[in-house]
Amino acid sequence: MSKTQITAEPGVPLIVMECEFDAPRDLVFRAYIEPDLMARWVGPRYLTTTVDRWEARDGGRWRFVQQAPDGSEYGFHGVFHGDASPQETVRTFEFEGVPGHVALETLTMTELEGGRTRVRTLSCFQAVQDRDAAIASGMESGVREGEERLRELLASLQG
Amino acid sequence: MAVDQLSIVFGALADPTRRAILTRLTSGDATVAELAAPFRMSQPAISRHLKVLEQAGLISRSRRATARLSHLEAEPLREVTGWLTRYQRFWDESHERLDELLASLQSTPDDVPAPDEASGPEDRTKGEST
Repeated sequence: MSKTQITAEPGVPLIVMECEFDAPRDLVFRAYIEPDLMARWVGPRYLTTTVDRWEARDGGRWRFVQQAPDGSEYGFHGVFHGDASPQETVRTFEFEGVPGHVALETLTMTELEGGRTRVRTLSCFQAVQDRDAAIASGMESGVREGEERLRELLASLQG
Repeated sequence: MAVDQLSIVFGALADPTRRAILTRLTSGDATVAELAAPFRMSQPAISRHLKVLEQAGLISRSRRATARLSHLEAEPLREVTGWLTRYQRFWDESHERLDELLASLQSTPDDVPAPDEASGPEDRTKGEST
């Protein structure tokens, strides 16, 4: 598995995420699109994912709930658009903690040499603020970043 | 950091000149003239950029004799990196789990059809084709 590359550029309401896996595309697709498999990996280990509804077809709805050990729950739902395929899966995504703020997700999977697969997720939010809030919400508390990381950030912003 | 403060910081970072100014300031405080030197830009134009950076809390300014010195304020940037880092960790851990799941699915022939090619990484001997 390659390190997950996340790009969230200032001023545009997008998040682009890319990661490569050492598995054939059809299998990676199954892990994303079959609810039982999806529930086994989305989110940090301390959250338990329960799939409430999962209709992976044009106009089909999906919903899952993630539960923390303290009992707090985070629900997510949306609608699939078009028939999901490894080439392209399109769906809407809404965090129930902030209803009415909907992102459009496009998932593409590319076959690489050696039976590897690159997964790219493009999330388009309604506004930059929605994107920023989505990144800020529900994530575990972080650690203080050092001067090194700050320099890295600035260096990457230069690019 | 509150989300609207983040937006202000991101707005300030959205400009390449301002990012270049911040990078310059990581190696020490500088005057407007020093900051303007690498750019084809007037000092008043640079001053306008500095004002945006100051309003975002990314720099502070002080006086040295007649010149105004700009100083990098690292805290908002740290919070921005922390903010991205948390999101990164969420997905890093998810993808680690996915990686493990994919490995276990591939080692369970009952669960998924085995890959077609039998040749693995061991198949490195030179083929004697005629």
